[in-house]
Formats: sequence, structure tokens, C-alpha cells
Amino acid sequence: MYTEKVMDHFTHPRNVGEIEDASGVGTVGNPKCGDIMQMFLKINDDGVIEDVKFKTFGCGAAVATSSMATELIKGKSVDEALKLTNSAVVEALEGLPPQKIHCSVLAEQAVKAAIDDYYKKKQSQT
Amino acid sequence: MQRVYLDNAATTQVRQEVVEAMIPAFTTYYGNPSSLHAYAREAGKLADEARAKVAAVLNAKPDEIVFTGGGSESDNMILRGAVAANRKKGKHVITTAVEHHAVLYTLKAMEKEGIADVTVLPVDETGLVTAKQVADAIRPDTVLVSVMFANNEVGTIMPIGEIGKVCREKGVWFHTDAVQATGHVPIDVETMDIDFLSMSAHKFHGPKGVGALYMRKGLNIPSLIIGGGQERKRRAGTENVPGIVGMGAALEIAAAHMAENAAKESALRDKLIDGIEKTIPSVKLNGHRTKRLPNNVNFSIRFIEGESILLMLDINGIAASSGSACTSGSLDPSHVLLAMGLTHEVAHGSLRLTLSEFTTDQEIDYVLDVLPKVVQRLRDMSPLYKKGE
Repeated sequence: MYTEKVMDHFTHPRNVGEIEDASGVGTVGNPKCGDIMQMFLKINDDGVIEDVKFKTFGCGAAVATSSMATELIKGKSVDEALKLTNSAVVEALEGLPPQKIHCSVLAEQAVKAAIDDYYKKKQSQT
Repeated sequence: MQRVYLDNAATTQVRQEVVEAMIPAFTTYYGNPSSLHAYAREAGKLADEARAKVAAVLNAKPDEIVFTGGGSESDNMILRGAVAANRKKGKHVITTAVEHHAVLYTLKAMEKEGIADVTVLPVDETGLVTAKQVADAIRPDTVLVSVMFANNEVGTIMPIGEIGKVCREKGVWFHTDAVQATGHVPIDVETMDIDFLSMSAHKFHGPKGVGALYMRKGLNIPSLIIGGGQERKRRAGTENVPGIVGMGAALEIAAAHMAENAAKESALRDKLIDGIEKTIPSVKLNGHRTKRLPNNVNFSIRFIEGESILLMLDINGIAASSGSACTSGSLDPSHVLLAMGLTHEVAHGSLRLTLSEFTTDQEIDYVLDVLPKVVQRLRDMSPLYKKGE
């Protein structure tokens, strides 16, 4: 059902955990549907994502898409990270079963929610 | 790597003796029982011997057994057949919220077609329905009550004898989907007042693609599959003689060893239940603790999701099942767990482990070693989990 890449990211997820003093945190999904993704970003003064961590409640694809999304945005600028699409995540994982595409959408939304939170925090500081 | 098969409610390993019993029906006695020659008679005799074996296990008569293509077909046949046969009386059918989809979806389709009115009885938190609930739901136009013998997900065993008695007293036909129970727990269609009973061979170490419907003598329903006059005109289509022979052999063996297998499996089941409850915090046993199939273990494991558990177990060689949405192909988790009052979140984290007589003590030890590690690993990844819970 899953590609080797998905299984690799499921069994060895990259960047699992939390960031205590995160610049932005995004939580998407809901337990009713069986997926929750939480994304933590550490963004430096130049607007570059220095560190990223995630926590996910969900299926194999939910874990793998979160893990892949963190890899794709780490070291990137916020503007670049905002351009992350769910299809880029799917492509990087070498495909997902059709009924799991929504997991990749959730991963994209988690990144955007975390960046949104970062902007809000930044705004409230000024 | 060690491999452990704990998905016996999905299907079972075909017993070697069963395979051997089937071979002559493929190679030597391959005639079509409907033909008029020795080959036909030989094949027909094999099927009838199997019919007698199946009947004996249920305390039924051989001509009350109709072989079908499996449990789902048997369920479809009786639901549509009972309603069609009782058109003058009404079209009201009573069932429960925890039935297999072969029953629930068939009734839903019949409702949509306008040919049935369905009352779905709720269950308690252990998955049980009572005879009183059934009695209270029966109306003058009720033509059939369909309550499963034992639940496929949580193993809860319904009070079938009591429900049968109520139906008999009220003159309503009673069907039970006994796919999970046949060959595993004692069934007597006479003392339990069962009028119709669905079964499937591959749930008791027989072959796939063959099942049967017990039909009480004198209660006639139309055939679901129309065509030739096989099975005394009750199920068209050339008999699956090798499958039928396999079903007879498998059920005869299962019945002969039922008590010892149940004792062995329930001891391992309870060891697994105790072990999980002792080593993994925040778990909940789903189903009834004692009114339970000897081979069923079903837990909700909080803060994690079922498919992830299955994938991790599979990596460790353990085959299990889950009621999570991701494994059901829809967004909703198991209708059985939801009917028992579990929240969506908790239902998503369900794990079903179903044993067989071939399950060993060492295999249970292996699962009890692997599962806590898998759970902890997934919990460490979960935003719902706080350390120490």
C-alpha cells in the first residue's frame, strides 16, 4: 500500500518532537477524523526556518507526510516554506494511496498554520 | 524474523486435514452433482456427507442446510428472502447497531428500495443487546429479527437463546449471523429457537468462498441466486463440492475439539488481556469480559491511531486488525465501537488481536514484549499524549 519512502519516514520519522520557545506553532486536523498534526518552527531574524519539529496523531501516511514536510522546509525562508504544496510532499514521498492524499493536505496546512502563528506573534510584539 | 498471526477473525489457516479431505473432490470426484452418471453421484454423495456433518454440529437436519458462497451471501439471502416471503404480514425487520456490514448494509439498501422498515437496536457499552429490547421492538408487522451470535470486532456473545425464545413466542422469524461463533462456541438451533443461521467456512479453518445458511424446515424463502435447481431449488449454481467438503470436514473437527480449544484459547486470551492491562497505561478493553469469544482481544489504546499500530506490529511480524477509519476506508472509525459509546478519538486507536487453536504461549509472550514498545514509540510522537499518562 505504501511506498518504501513512506515506510522509511513512518519508521524513522525526521524531526519528531517539540520546540519549547518556538517562533510559531500550528495545530491542524481533529481527533474525530483520526489525524492531528502539530508543527513547531524556530525562525531566525532573517526569516529563515532554523529548526522544525512535529508531533502527529494519525496513520502511517499522516506521520510520513509530517516528517517529509519538515524536511522540505528546514533551512528555507518563510516565504519559500509558504510555497510548500501538498503535491510536493506527495511527490517527495514517491506517491500516496488516493485515500491518503488528505494527509498531505494536512501537512501543508500544518506548515501554514505554524507560519501564520509566527506572523501573529511577530505582529503582537510590535 | 518471528511471525505471529493474530487476525483469525478475518480469516484462518486452512487445516491440513481439511485440505487433504478436499483433494479427492478436485481430482477424482469432480462430477457435477446435477448430472446423471456415476461421477455426479459420487460428487453429490460427498456434498451430502458434508451437509450431514454441518447439520449435526448445529443439531439440525441435513435438508435444513443450504450451502452458499459464504457468510455475506447467507446474510443477504435470509434478509431479502424473509422479507419477500412475508409480504402479507409486513416489512419490519429488527436488528442491532453492531451487526456485520453484510447485514446492516443489506438492510439499508432494502430500506432505500422501499421494501423494508428497519429498527436498529442500540447496544450497551459491552456490545450487548437484551431479549427485552427485542421484545419491546416487535410489532404486528415485524417479519424478522436478525441478531448476530457473536460480534466480529469485540467478540461479545449475544443472549441468542433468550432472543430466540422471545421471537418464537411472538411468532417472528429469528435469524442469527453466527459467522464468528460457528465452530467456536456451542450452538443448538433447537434449544436456542434459531430459525435461520449464517456461517462461513473460512472462520473455522475451512476454505474461503463457501458458507451455509441453516433454514428451519417449513420456513420457506425464495432463492437469492436464480438459475438451476441446486440445493433443492434454494440456491442456484453448480455446487462448490471441494469447498463444501472442506467446510464439512473443518466444522466436524472444530466441533470435536471445541471445549479443549476454547479452554486453551481463552487462557491465552486472558493472559494477553492481563499482560496488556499491566504493561500499557491508558488502555481500555472493548467488549464484555466474560460473555466473549474465546479468541477475541480488543483494546482501545489512547493517544494513538490504529493503522500506525498495525504498521508497527507488521514490521515486527505481528498480524492484527483495527477499527480505525484508516483501515476501514472511510473517515469514520468502526460502527461497532461507536455504537458501544466510544468517542471517535478512542475508537481510532483500537487494536483487535484474534487467536486460534494454533496460537502458542510463546507467541503471546512475543506480542507482550513488542506491543508496549510500539505503543510507547507512537505515543512519544503524539500531540495528544502527555508523559506519564
